[in-house]
Amino acid sequence: MLRFIIKRLVFAIPTLFAVSIIAFIIIQLPPGDYLTTLMADWASQGGAVEAGTVAAMRERYGLDQPIYFQYYKWIAGILTRGDFGISFELGRPVTELIWNRLGFSLLLSVLTLCFVWAIAIPIGILSAVRQYSISDYTATFLAFFFLAIPDFLMALSAMYIMSAWFGQSVGGLFSPAYVDAPWSFGKLTDFARHVWLPVIVIGLGSLAALVRIMRANLLDELSRPYVTTARAKGMSEFELLIRYPVRLALNPLISTLGWILPAVISGEIIVSVVMSLPTTGPLLLRALLAQDMYLAGSLILLISVLTIIGTLVSDILLAITDPRIRFQ
Amino acid sequence: MTDITHLPPDTGPSFDLAGKDIAAAGQWRLFWLKFKKHKIALVSLVVIIFMYLVAAFADFIAPFDPNATNARFTYAPPQGLSLMHEGAFRPHVDQLRMTLNTESMRREFTPDPARPVPVGFFVKAPQPYHLLGFIPMETKLFGMIDPKPGDSMYIFGADRLGRDIFSRVVHGAKISLSIGLVGVFMSLILGVTIGGVSGFFGGWVDLAIQRVIELLRSIPTIPLWMGLAAAIPVGWPPLRTYFVITLIVSLIGWTSLAREVRGKFLSLRSEDFVIAARLDGMSEIGIIFNHLVPSFMSHIIATLTLAIPSMILAETALSFLGIGLQPPIISWGVLLQEAQNIRAVAQAPWLLFTPAAAIVISVLALNFLGDGLRDAADPYEDVS
Repeated sequence: MLRFIIKRLVFAIPTLFAVSIIAFIIIQLPPGDYLTTLMADWASQGGAVEAGTVAAMRERYGLDQPIYFQYYKWIAGILTRGDFGISFELGRPVTELIWNRLGFSLLLSVLTLCFVWAIAIPIGILSAVRQYSISDYTATFLAFFFLAIPDFLMALSAMYIMSAWFGQSVGGLFSPAYVDAPWSFGKLTDFARHVWLPVIVIGLGSLAALVRIMRANLLDELSRPYVTTARAKGMSEFELLIRYPVRLALNPLISTLGWILPAVISGEIIVSVVMSLPTTGPLLLRALLAQDMYLAGSLILLISVLTIIGTLVSDILLAITDPRIRFQ
Repeated sequence: MTDITHLPPDTGPSFDLAGKDIAAAGQWRLFWLKFKKHKIALVSLVVIIFMYLVAAFADFIAPFDPNATNARFTYAPPQGLSLMHEGAFRPHVDQLRMTLNTESMRREFTPDPARPVPVGFFVKAPQPYHLLGFIPMETKLFGMIDPKPGDSMYIFGADRLGRDIFSRVVHGAKISLSIGLVGVFMSLILGVTIGGVSGFFGGWVDLAIQRVIELLRSIPTIPLWMGLAAAIPVGWPPLRTYFVITLIVSLIGWTSLAREVRGKFLSLRSEDFVIAARLDGMSEIGIIFNHLVPSFMSHIIATLTLAIPSMILAETALSFLGIGLQPPIISWGVLLQEAQNIRAVAQAPWLLFTPAAAIVISVLALNFLGDGLRDAADPYEDVS
């Protein structure tokens, strides 16, 4: 088991390296470097740009150096000092801006994953066991329907329904009174009152996909001879279902975490923009629109790294539940 | 779909063909026979053809110029189309009467049943136009019959500049539906080439390519797309932006296709007919294009169909966020930009729900169609 984990960790290193290169390319993509943008900004505000300041900043970010050296400087800063550079728009170090929002992104994604799994498995089982019943058809139809609705449309529709039919304004993760308050029991309940809608909105698409997969897996297992054997032994139908086919059908489901997680994080970003949640989504969009590339690049890098770590965890989970993978 | 029963290999496909010789039927005929059984997919095919026709003939079908503004009818609500008037068959919409609500300082529109605006087929267009860009036309599919000042026909409402939502959604179909096709075409080239190389050569080439694919699939797509799309200079001409956006959304789409193609190459590489062709002295390229590609063409078509909706959704999401296509280009995502804040949606829900319905219907139909094609593509599995 330990060997498997170590092997996976080693395999993740080139992936992380490649992701950092992609993030760096995105930082470099807009024409000109940050200093041209910054100088244009200063000039438009009427400030005089001192030649010395510019030279010092060029030196700091290695802007007059070849591109691979710039990459080295950037990544070395992150790895050794945790220095992600400066947000040019807000004039503050990137690290000050992102951790809080990244935490909420992570929290929201984890909550969504829990919700998706908790709901998808029972519905999938029901759908497979009662194949071609009314509940199966309803679940199938709803699954296809929700798969066809983009996250942000779902978010807008949910907000419209909440405000038009229930007269509630939605948006944010807290009521205004609690935004800056320290964590307390009141803040926690307030958070719970706000968080359920985004969680459902982000989760529905993945939920629909998972229900389909669970149903298909279980249907495959249900026609196996061992099920008939267990039934012939006189085992109760419910116990039989939970002890054998469901356990086997769950394994492929764990491996779907590898693509459910990126989907949930993607969904979380776009839904957060629509519902103005204090997560990475709105910050990333604003940074991109303002061409604040250090901030945007750092966010993309950290979001991708989080996803890779999540995938790694799911691989290890799969190995724990399925010895065939462990001993491959 | 998922409830596929695996037949023993020697029984072969079981079709009730009523006397026709199934053994002599060609690959495409088998494909069609099987596809026909999938009723939802068949209906979806009709829906998709209809939607692409609407996109192609958008100028003819849309009753108004999508960019024509009318300050008088800001946020005018949808006007219901009724067929009968005073017991006679006279299709019409009711004229809108505008009143200013002094409390909310908003204009309110009420339909006036006493003043019908007659509506008919094949009416004269407000301005002459060119159908498909080159056929000069002066007729629209339907519209108001000689409109007077104050008459309007907003069957799906108007936006904040009094532009007709229906005409805009019809015109948006051109961009939104074609981006799926162009993107899929790019994915096809990338996927078949890279997947083919990976599957045919195997070894370290295969390993390297599979790693790259895994990497691309492990990154959340939205932030990656956002990062790439945001780098497009604002000043670029619309057509170039369109192609770059298409390129960006197909950047992810090709991976699933490449995997599919690779799998097929791996399983077919050692088949007898490939070995026979090689012993016959056929070149590797010749084998690929004459023998391998035709044998999994149906699979490729199914995978491509399933890739179109994700591209449509990607374009819509990017344009909605304001970093994809920009006005004056009209796409469904650009239309949804108008519905970005909840106050606008609360005042004029048709801004959200009309483009949304177009998106959901086309994506749903493409998904069902792709599902049916995928089932039909496998000759050894029977759909019950």
